[in-house]
Amino acid sequence: MEHNGSYSGHNGSYSSHNGHVSLVGHGDNFESQTILESKDLDAWFGSHHVVKSVSLHFFSRTVSAIIGPSGCGKSTFLRCLNRMHEEIPGARAKGVVNFQGKNIYDMFSEPANVRRHIGMVFQKPNPFPAMSIFENVIIGLKLAGVKKGYVLNDIAEACLKQVGLWDEVKDKLSAPGLSLSGGQQQRLCIARALAMAPEVILMDEPTSALDPISTARIEELLVELKKTVSIVIVTHNMQQAARISDTTAFLLSGDLVEFGRTGEIFTNPRKSETERYITGRFG
Amino acid sequence: MSSSLSEKIFRTILGAFGVFIVLLMFSVAIFLTVGAWPVIRHGLSDFVQTQTWNPVNGQFGALAVLFGTLVSSSIAIAIAAPLGVGAAIFLKELAPARVASVFSFLIEMLAAVPSVIFGLWGFFVLAPAIRDHVAPIFYPLGEYVPIFRGPSYGVGILTAGVVLALMILPTMAAIVREIFSAVPQHQREAALGLGSTRWEAVRVAVLAPSKPGILSAAVLATARALGETMAVTMVIGNRNAVSLSLFDPGQSMASLIANEYAEASDSRHIAALMAVGLLLLVISLVVNAVARIIAKRSAAKWK
Repeated sequence: MEHNGSYSGHNGSYSSHNGHVSLVGHGDNFESQTILESKDLDAWFGSHHVVKSVSLHFFSRTVSAIIGPSGCGKSTFLRCLNRMHEEIPGARAKGVVNFQGKNIYDMFSEPANVRRHIGMVFQKPNPFPAMSIFENVIIGLKLAGVKKGYVLNDIAEACLKQVGLWDEVKDKLSAPGLSLSGGQQQRLCIARALAMAPEVILMDEPTSALDPISTARIEELLVELKKTVSIVIVTHNMQQAARISDTTAFLLSGDLVEFGRTGEIFTNPRKSETERYITGRFG
Repeated sequence: MSSSLSEKIFRTILGAFGVFIVLLMFSVAIFLTVGAWPVIRHGLSDFVQTQTWNPVNGQFGALAVLFGTLVSSSIAIAIAAPLGVGAAIFLKELAPARVASVFSFLIEMLAAVPSVIFGLWGFFVLAPAIRDHVAPIFYPLGEYVPIFRGPSYGVGILTAGVVLALMILPTMAAIVREIFSAVPQHQREAALGLGSTRWEAVRVAVLAPSKPGILSAAVLATARALGETMAVTMVIGNRNAVSLSLFDPGQSMASLIANEYAEASDSRHIAALMAVGLLLLVISLVVNAVARIIAKRSAAKWK
């Protein structure tokens, strides 16, 4: 696996051997497998070039944060990682996104199939209004052809437990999903994504519509979830990125400015733009 | 001072416009009720249960036209509802923007076609086609199922229903498209994010929550069909009788009034026509009100 030069610095940079990428120059070395990577990924809305040749790695069982000021292309980049970007009329993407070593933009790759493995949680909690709490969790499985009642029941319970919602909703599983509070709805949406047993979940500012307490609960949940699933999170909240992520990428005007271990980015950034952004001098 | 005076004058004038519209509505209802009074006095329930309509013998019953109106409108909505929903799915969810705008324009133009043109087409094209090509297919079935019993003269209840379907299709498609437009994009993405195909996403994220709206659109479109006069009069066959066969000629409330208002001379005939008019008005208002209630109940879903 070859790197381009953008993050081959000295301290806190990555080098790779045989598909394994290891962090060198740190006391607490961790070695982790790349589960998802973009190579020279470009994205457009019409003629507007939003993401410019971004190459990034995401590691298995980590929380990876993407930060940057509004309009820097971070959400668009995220949406390219499971081919959601192209669902917007006039939007297109070019480049390579390897998931477990296979390019999801390959001509034989089915977007629907890609999204079963790379799930998504959105900015605004978006449970299906015509469905109950239970139906919301299992709808993806149902569409995928799972019919057995006990399987659906078991998975619904497991996923609701995983997001810490089970005790709150177990007596009203047939109530509408919209009857829950905003924070609960977002956890329901995470349970809905988990039900598909994806390897990666992409999260597009999942707490920006929530109050501080609900936000804290979701942050705890993400740290817990990374034991079983890799998380890529876009956030405009730098404290959030610092609190929960293992790696951080900083995007500016569609360019990748810096990528590295979160501690490194926030305490010892190599680029002056990064430093100015995280110290709140712009954006 | 003068500005507050002009404001008062302005308000009074606008208020008068509003009152005028309400009065107009009431005056129509009162005019019909007064005109139909000789019939109402003898009891409307007898009137709507009697099939015979024979001005020569002075026998007036509204059952046949009630039946003709309800059956032709039901056929119309049975055809137009699935077509309208299908067209809306295509326009809003599947077609590229440019194709969608061309198709939307054409469908809106369909709404601009004068009723009498639909009548002409129905009489000279559709009616012979049903008589010569469609009805014969069903004749064997007609031995056992009375609604398919022949022979067909071309004009009839079914022909009226099909013409009506085409006339209410633009209404149906346009309203349903608006309902789909109200579904936020994040709902479609929620479904797509779970690995659903485009069609599954439409079903789960767009069609399911739109059901009450689609129902209300269907009821509104039916309301249009109930009162449609010109085209129906030209193709329904104008026979005042209840017949179970879809191929038989019939009569609707609107076509009856259109056919006879000019030659009705004796007061009982006129009163009977007024009573049919009053019935049609009441049914149309009730159906419209029901549509609006359904629409209102289902409206506040998206915040």
